[in-house]
Amino acid sequence: MLSKRIIPCLDVKDGRVVKGVKFLKLKDAGDPVEVSKRYEDEEADELVFLDITASAENRKIILDVVRRTAQNVFMPLTVGGGVRDLSDIRALLNAGADKVSINTAALKNPALIKKASDKFGSQCIVAAIDAKKAAGRRPQAAGKTFWEVYINGGRTPTGLDAVKWARQVEKLGAGEILLTSMDYDGTKCGYDLELTKAVTSSVNIPLIASGGAGRKEDFYTVLTQGRADAALAASLFHYQELTVKELKGYLKKRGVAIRC
Amino acid sequence: MIAIIDYGMGNLRSVAKALEAAGAKNVKVTSSPALISKANKLVLPGVGAMQEAMRELRKLRLIEVIKKNIFIKPFLGICLGLQLLFTESEEGGKVGGLGIFKGRVKRFSHQLKVPHIGWNQVKLKTQDPGGRRQECFMLKAIPDNSYFYFCHSYYVVPEDKSLIALTTDYGIEFTSGIRRDNLFACQFHPEKSQRLGLRLLENFLKL
Repeated sequence: MLSKRIIPCLDVKDGRVVKGVKFLKLKDAGDPVEVSKRYEDEEADELVFLDITASAENRKIILDVVRRTAQNVFMPLTVGGGVRDLSDIRALLNAGADKVSINTAALKNPALIKKASDKFGSQCIVAAIDAKKAAGRRPQAAGKTFWEVYINGGRTPTGLDAVKWARQVEKLGAGEILLTSMDYDGTKCGYDLELTKAVTSSVNIPLIASGGAGRKEDFYTVLTQGRADAALAASLFHYQELTVKELKGYLKKRGVAIRC
Repeated sequence: MIAIIDYGMGNLRSVAKALEAAGAKNVKVTSSPALISKANKLVLPGVGAMQEAMRELRKLRLIEVIKKNIFIKPFLGICLGLQLLFTESEEGGKVGGLGIFKGRVKRFSHQLKVPHIGWNQVKLKTQDPGGRRQECFMLKAIPDNSYFYFCHSYYVVPEDKSLIALTTDYGIEFTSGIRRDNLFACQFHPEKSQRLGLRLLENFLKL
């Protein structure tokens, strides 16, 4: 049986793992290769690296981090942040990434997803969506809740409906969606279940839920009720408030399909 | 020397590093037919689309050298490197593969989430259709129902069922590994499957 995945996320800035709250206030959380090795020992199912500096001159740093990590750990690596074109994707794949996530560039140029999935295969193209409940609107005002897609690391609202955008990226050929709730990110009060459900029930590609994990129960809820295929967390694992191993044991006991 | 056949499709460096971690001393990522002819063992990895893969293999003049050596030297196919061994694929219309074995490459049903991404279990086929017990050299010390990492939208349907070494459930029971003599090919990625993946690669090195 296909198991649900538990994915530690490493936000990487200038070659170091950092963690912020609601996309702000960054703290150092270690060397990416060392952190990755620890997660491999704990049998995490996959790792996500998000390059949050992602300025042109820093592209080389993330490539080096990916290269060194792929040399030392033998598990799937998804890398994103600042991916602009096919050559960025190729460089990451060649460095050892298995999947590449695209966010801002996909919104500015949806054809990029189509081109990338034609070229490299859907299975390695992840559409990353940062979503936030639309400000200034009552949730039920338009008859249903509306989440707005943000780009540029959560700084720029786009006016786009996250659920509609998710359907569109699927059509364009994305093989997976990495969905982050900006409202819940870093709060540790649980994943945005409503948002996750809205997207999982609208698309037919796997979804990684992100933003808000605080307790073991949160993972259980998003993987069962939320119907997510994978759950991602960062600070919870980095600061060892919860180990991947302990979490997987708990989920397995509660009947979730888990590899452990 | 182990030659990892490079035809520009996917992440070959990970395969090389994993083989080294499993104990390989001399691994070369190459698209040179001469070097491939000289190698003691061959690995055909790859991810992506079959049509593009065949185009690249043709362009690099690799088809002949693969066909010539595939049953002479221990051979490991991974993911697209499994699918390519068959006669035809549904991918992008009808596309021909290397045709080493008769069979088709089919897409998972639209009722399922596709791609099939993540860790899934493999069932060891320990009996051939005649009911005789089989031992697969590549699966030594790999327990039944072990988890491996998959990432694909298509799966192979061999005509000759005695090729099947492993199966996996995803909506249907599909072939996740085949074997014939010193040839083994799998749909999952041993190079991404942590401890058990490395064990499988160690078994390949011992051949």
